[in-house]
Amino acid sequence: MSFDFAVILAQGPKILSGIVVTILIWVGGNVAAAVLGFLIATLRRFGGRGVDVLLQVPIEVIRGTPFLVQIFLLYFGGPYIGLRLDPITAGFIGISVYGAAYYAEIFRAGYRSVPVGHVEAAECVGFSRNQIIRFVLLPEMALLVLPPSINMAIILLKETALLSLITVPEMTMTVSAIGSQQYAFVEALVVLALVYWALVEVANWLGRIAERKLSKLSA
Amino acid sequence: MTWKLFSLLLEASLMTLLVSSISILVGLGIAIVLSGMRMSGNRALFAITGVFISFFRGVPLLVQLLLIYNLLPVLGLTLPSLATAIIGLSLCTAAYQAENLRGGFEGVPKGLVESAEMAGFSPVQTFIHIRTPIALRMTFPALVNEAILILKSSSLVSAIGLIELTKMAQNLAASTYMPLPIFASAGVIYLAINLVVAWLGRRAENALPGLPTK
Repeated sequence: MSFDFAVILAQGPKILSGIVVTILIWVGGNVAAAVLGFLIATLRRFGGRGVDVLLQVPIEVIRGTPFLVQIFLLYFGGPYIGLRLDPITAGFIGISVYGAAYYAEIFRAGYRSVPVGHVEAAECVGFSRNQIIRFVLLPEMALLVLPPSINMAIILLKETALLSLITVPEMTMTVSAIGSQQYAFVEALVVLALVYWALVEVANWLGRIAERKLSKLSA
Repeated sequence: MTWKLFSLLLEASLMTLLVSSISILVGLGIAIVLSGMRMSGNRALFAITGVFISFFRGVPLLVQLLLIYNLLPVLGLTLPSLATAIIGLSLCTAAYQAENLRGGFEGVPKGLVESAEMAGFSPVQTFIHIRTPIALRMTFPALVNEAILILKSSSLVSAIGLIELTKMAQNLAASTYMPLPIFASAGVIYLAINLVVAWLGRRAENALPGLPTK
């Protein structure tokens, strides 16, 4: 048994392109998921009881089924209803929709944490709904919403690995392809695991900095 | 989508249930051992468990599974894919469960631990008979949550060739050219299993004895 990491590391540019695709899909998907999740939570908060109950259904469905099955359904099932997507678009949509269901719940908890009196007080002094969201609700829930959001962002980073199974050229796909070309599968996977581990630790570290900054701001 | 296809999916979901339930229990056992190592006061053990937990929480499960699947034969261990899947899922869930248990162990009332020590319990006995049962009771909701996560994550073992619900759906989708109804049905089965597990978890939570107060 001998491991030769040189044959993997010699493919630096290819690995790097995989890392770039992973980071782009992750950052883009995460931002889209957070925005979509926020919109859903806001609709549920202000849209009345019917909308609230109606939106609960897709959220439960997405949270109750594996992400892998969702992307298979989208990518392989989509063409049968005229939804023909290239892998990257499908992956991006998949990550965004999946993440949005979880972010919607995070923001819903955030909305519920703000005392009703604060909203009523803002209404009394003539704030519009948008102003209430912007100047009362969002700042008050920010500190509560940040830690689970960071957590979710890290979960989404790891979920991007599954996109290799619908042939998105992100790092799991590129690095394992190098592994099979060079007949050095274990080495490739070790490198891959270490890169993910490093990315997750960096994301964790950035998250902690953001939390500290925000708690100082609101203190 | 015929009943025949759906019944094949249902049959395959038994494998999903089997892999998930064994992995959750084995993972819980490993998590308890990891917690004991963390609390042993030994610096080396503390550091090792820290790295273990960080690694298995920091690397995507798919990559872990592929790594274990390819690494074991190189180390001279050729196992059936069921065993490989259970090893992979157990190690990963153990890391998450150890983190969940940590909160439980921190919440064990000091007085109870002290009285056990006064009664002549060794540190290991205190850990097994006092700390662990209380920590398990405190973190039971987190365990149910983790069970649901593992049920969903078990879909990834399809990538290492175990024929469970997702792999069966993939095979059927490829052979019938009906991916839409087949993956949708697989999703419905996962959803139904998870709803039942969540419901059972809530019932069990109410049936369990209460916690000692501080």
